[in-house]
Amino acid sequence: MAKVTFNENACKGCYLCVDVCPKKIIKKATDRLNVKGFNPVEVTEQDQCIGCAFCATMCPDVVITVEK
Amino acid sequence: MSIVFEKPHALSDVGFHYCPGCTHGIVHRLVAEVLDELKLEGETVGVASVGCSVFSYNYFECDMVQAAHGRAPAVATGVKRANPDKVVFTYQGDGDLLAIGTAETIHAATRGENITVVFINNCIYGMTGGQMAPTSLVGQVTQTTPYGRKIETQGWPINGCELVSQLEGTALAQRVAVNNVKNIREAKAAIKKAFTYQTEKKGFTFVEVLSTCPTNWGLSPQESMKWMEENMMPQYPLGVYKDKGAKGE
Ligand SMILES: Cc1ncc(C[n+]2csc(CCOP(=O)(O)OP(=O)(O)O)c2C)c(N)n1
Ligand code: SF4
Ligand code: SF4
Ligand code: SF4
Ligand SMILES: [Mg+2]
Repeated sequence: MAKVTFNENACKGCYLCVDVCPKKIIKKATDRLNVKGFNPVEVTEQDQCIGCAFCATMCPDVVITVEK
Repeated sequence: MSIVFEKPHALSDVGFHYCPGCTHGIVHRLVAEVLDELKLEGETVGVASVGCSVFSYNYFECDMVQAAHGRAPAVATGVKRANPDKVVFTYQGDGDLLAIGTAETIHAATRGENITVVFINNCIYGMTGGQMAPTSLVGQVTQTTPYGRKIETQGWPINGCELVSQLEGTALAQRVAVNNVKNIREAKAAIKKAFTYQTEKKGFTFVEVLSTCPTNWGLSPQESMKWMEENMMPQYPLGVYKDKGAKGE
């Protein structure tokens, strides 16, 4: 069991985390904008997460925390 | 559950001002992770340069100084000589380090100044809107080379790592990149090695990081990573150019 959390308002919508996730579970959240005006990202199938932290390693804005 | 990954302590809570997808942020985080792992936050003085990373003093939790354009290695020399037990690093772009600051870079290296230079090579002057840098590639279109960089008029790109590796005072010269997870891990290991060598008083340590500037390259963050791989890496091969700590050297 692993968990990713996003500091949503720090996200700049670069989507580098989306490409790097081996489980392809990070998605652009098209239903909302954050305070910066970007569509943030979200994980809908949290149970699929393996806690590899590839997403957090790639994120240029330190948005992501990973727990396992 | 335990934490696998979180913001390093040596990074402040101030959000980066960098453009979306700009890899300056990745490199800041790697430096902070190394300060955490080596427990050096309270022992370190960083020297910010002029360029997009000018505000790095707001982001690192260690003490920071702001140097005039290109002068970071000279300022770092003074800080280090006055405080030989502190760990001192500079964080500089290619315009700062290899154009206006070429003399400071080369002379700090040849003096074997016991400081660490983190050099961000993004082939452009990012902050001022995308002019040609000494590292811009042959043929690269920039604001000041609208028809592409021409050897006849602008000469060849300068390879920073190879250059400083020729100087006796250099203890470590390594080129890394932050285009994928594997390379980001290697980049962190190189930065960690540089700081460790400094604590061992081995001499001048230099880590060149191939970085992106999506805004001034006019590419998406994803396209920028590809552009770095296809265009920068052939001109700037990754690797260790000098390592005085390696066996046999
Ligand atoms: C003495 C002086 N000359 C010129 C400038 C204008 N200037 C500001 S940043 C910069 C170049 C920055 O490029 P680089 O070091 O590559 O950093 P980047 O923004 O790409 O990270 C220049 C020429 C200045 N601030 N001071
Ligand atoms: S930790 Fe790994 S599996 Fe989980 S969301 Fe991030 S990249 Fe995907
Ligand atoms: S890498 Fe970071 S800033 Fe970019 S979209 Fe993902 S969470 Fe947002
Ligand atoms: S201008 Fe380029 S180097 Fe500067 S913050 Fe934007 S993307 Fe990064
Ligand atoms: Mg630059």
